[in-house]
Amino acid sequence: MFEFFTNIHVDWMGKRKIFSALSIAILLAGLLSAVGRQFTDGGTDAFNLGVDFQGGTVVTAKFKQKPSTDDIRASLQNVGVTEAIIQDSTDKTDEVLVKVPNLGQREDCVDENSQPMPEAGRCVVKKALDTFGTEAVGATQLPDDATASYKIVGTDAVGPVAGEQLRNQAVLATLLGLLGILLFIAFRYDWTYAAGAVIAVFHDVLITLAFFSMFQWEISLTVLAALLTLVGFSVNDSIVIFDRIRENLSLHRGDSLYKLTNDSINQTMSRTIVTNGLVLLSVAALVLFGGEVLRGFSLALFVGSITGTYSTIAIASPIAIWWQNKLGEAKMKEVLAPQETGEKLASTSRRTVTRRPVTR
Amino acid sequence: MKNTGLWIRTAIIIAITLAGLYVVFGPRRAPNANDLTWQGIKDNLATNINLGLDLKGGSHLVMRVKTDDYLKTLTENNAQAALTAAQDAKLPVTENTITAENKNYVFGLVLSDAAQSQAVIDEVKKKVDLSNWTESGSGNSITWSLPGQMQELMKRQAVEQALKIIESRINAFGVKEPTLQRHGAESSDQILLQMPGVDDPERVKSLIGAESNLALMKIVGPPNPSPVQTYPTRDAALQSIGGKETATRKVFPFADRDTPKDTKSNKPEAAKTPSEFVVVEYPAVVDGSELRDANAVSRTGSDKDFQIAFAFKPAGAQKFGEWTGKNINNYMGVVLNDEVKSAAYIKSQIFDQGEISGRFTKATADDLALTLKSGALPAKIEYQEERTVGPSLGADSIKAGVEASLGGLVFVVIFMLLYYRGSGVNAVVALLLNMLLTMAALVMFDSTLTLPGIAGFILGIGMAVDSNVLIFERMREELRAGKGVVEAVEQGFDRAFVTIIDTHITTILSSVILYMYGSGPIKGFAVTLILGLLINLFSAVFVSRTIFMWLIERKPDLKQLSI
Repeated sequence: MFEFFTNIHVDWMGKRKIFSALSIAILLAGLLSAVGRQFTDGGTDAFNLGVDFQGGTVVTAKFKQKPSTDDIRASLQNVGVTEAIIQDSTDKTDEVLVKVPNLGQREDCVDENSQPMPEAGRCVVKKALDTFGTEAVGATQLPDDATASYKIVGTDAVGPVAGEQLRNQAVLATLLGLLGILLFIAFRYDWTYAAGAVIAVFHDVLITLAFFSMFQWEISLTVLAALLTLVGFSVNDSIVIFDRIRENLSLHRGDSLYKLTNDSINQTMSRTIVTNGLVLLSVAALVLFGGEVLRGFSLALFVGSITGTYSTIAIASPIAIWWQNKLGEAKMKEVLAPQETGEKLASTSRRTVTRRPVTR
Repeated sequence: MKNTGLWIRTAIIIAITLAGLYVVFGPRRAPNANDLTWQGIKDNLATNINLGLDLKGGSHLVMRVKTDDYLKTLTENNAQAALTAAQDAKLPVTENTITAENKNYVFGLVLSDAAQSQAVIDEVKKKVDLSNWTESGSGNSITWSLPGQMQELMKRQAVEQALKIIESRINAFGVKEPTLQRHGAESSDQILLQMPGVDDPERVKSLIGAESNLALMKIVGPPNPSPVQTYPTRDAALQSIGGKETATRKVFPFADRDTPKDTKSNKPEAAKTPSEFVVVEYPAVVDGSELRDANAVSRTGSDKDFQIAFAFKPAGAQKFGEWTGKNINNYMGVVLNDEVKSAAYIKSQIFDQGEISGRFTKATADDLALTLKSGALPAKIEYQEERTVGPSLGADSIKAGVEASLGGLVFVVIFMLLYYRGSGVNAVVALLLNMLLTMAALVMFDSTLTLPGIAGFILGIGMAVDSNVLIFERMREELRAGKGVVEAVEQGFDRAFVTIIDTHITTILSSVILYMYGSGPIKGFAVTLILGLLINLFSAVFVSRTIFMWLIERKPDLKQLSI
């Protein structure tokens, strides 16, 4: 058989102090970055929040001959916008993203009925870009219009109220989701394990956010979806190991919890490496080839799938057994015997399953 | 065959697979030979799967109706109407009071003679509709306030009304397949408008926000009993007023009011060449901004006998009353955006309430009432969110996303085949089936596939791979422990199933919460993930196990498992 890690005996629990130190170091670096940026005058904010959460307008423009970032910045300053973020599209060399804050109404931006437009963002950016030539408007594509030099291919505008609403809704949904997970694991396993898994998840989200602050990657609604996904993956990993601890507990009653946990991690290591390796490589493909729109999403998943695996071993399990030891004795619930659960749920199986201890 | 259970399992799998194939790639009409060609399959796939605006291009607008303004204006208008009503009846009313802020909507009248208060109340109620308001009197003042419950109700009605108005305007604009619905919480007063294919929403936005130019004008012509004076061409109409339009006379096209209009389908109307013209007196008597309400009503219940009942705001009512009084037996033209939509015969003086009579069918009357009302959005709207994706940008991101995912998938398939050899085939079958059935479920639930949706789809596949890895690793463990093939397969499935159930329920649980509390794009992500996971319980466990069962059935004394 062509296999990885079939017979390893690593003392994971013995390394818990090193792990905690590593996690704390990264979290501190993230905190430092966030706080430092927030309180540095003229610096960027703690997080590079996208228009989804902050409000504002992002215009994606496609050029025949793309002007330099400095030229675009100068043209925006000419129309009175100083706080613009200009970003080259990483995958398409002829496109540029221009992000401006909410501008509200402006007298020089009126609609067909000469009423001021509710939000002037797009119109002002267009005015600035008109410095470089005319836009191919309406259904005309850029290559079809000989005189035009650019075309606005996408706009995202979010008002301040909607931005706040989206932010609150996202935080609420995430917290409720975590609460649901906490209750479910407590119901299936034990409170100590639930706490371990949920603390590990918080750890993963915080580490990912730390990276987003340090590298100033933009946080948009899709990044939020990625954070929620990594929550799912991290909990998934934790459950696989907890499940094995639960099984080993009933098989080797004499062993210490410390040893059982180490054994369980080692026994599932092969699965951990295969699954997470595959996920990581698929996500890497997304990071490299998924395009600008998915970039934040892919980056969050990339960081998250690494920390998710790490935190299960380094955070969730140590917390669970530390707490169990604190309680004096393992109070792990006697869950339904595995063969009963298997038989009951796998109602499709008609054969009687005889349960025998798995020996190594 | 010995094992009927196995046959039943196989039959179920084949039936579901065929159904899935048909749902995803089959036509929604009688099939023909073309459906089996590559192009035919691609076309059917494109029609069956709803792509979100971020993938196919279009505009997404979230707007909020300023309902506070609506109630404020309503309070002010009622206060004015009440004062006018009491003064017209020569009752001793000196002034009106208005409070319209912080969810308090109250107006009142101040009397110089407290004894007359009942008379004032009676008179006001006759002229002004105050059924939603709570009335109270003390000393020489009478107040009407709007209870909180009524405020909510009326706000909701205002949003519904705005929704109808925007719908009629969007339809007139000719947007194909727009989605228009309430958005967010009930109390958020938000409306969501999605317009596929529109990549410059500015025109639509100004159309939605525009006050439509409704006006009531006198049609020039001999008094009744003659029919409406019309002219076959614009020139003929101009001739009658001396060759050109003047400050007081204008020529407008006259749209035949009985032309049936299909309001159900969203097809833009073909531009008609107007067949008749009329001369109207200018300027308008009253315009759309004076209108308060309009409804289609039938006196006899017959479908051919509908009228439009309308109501003016107080100031408009006064002007209109004076004017109609002077123009009995004439025709009044209902002019919308420089076109005479209908001509109404003035039978008697009309004040606040009136009717436009004519041989309207229910459909035309509803339509006209809507157009009339659409002259008056209940309150201004503000835009909260606007997302526009050009069709090329959408196509680019779908291409990049799909290519990257396919690349990942190919890699996973190769790895599974190398690492798990014979059993890897099993996993690949389960994986492909999972993808097919998730797509079929999306089509069946009529869900829209968005970018975050594709992400959820990819993650569902990730979990599917994980399920197979869990099962296979377990089998390997059992084999290493010296179990026979049959036993190793059974225990591998049974033991891994407990883990799979726990991981799936956890993720489904959090996705359901995401779906319930998340907003648009997050919902799309949650839906595809939930569907993918549910289907995975079938494809990774049931299907995969059946394939192993077949293997064992054929060679019961199998000594070595290709894993």
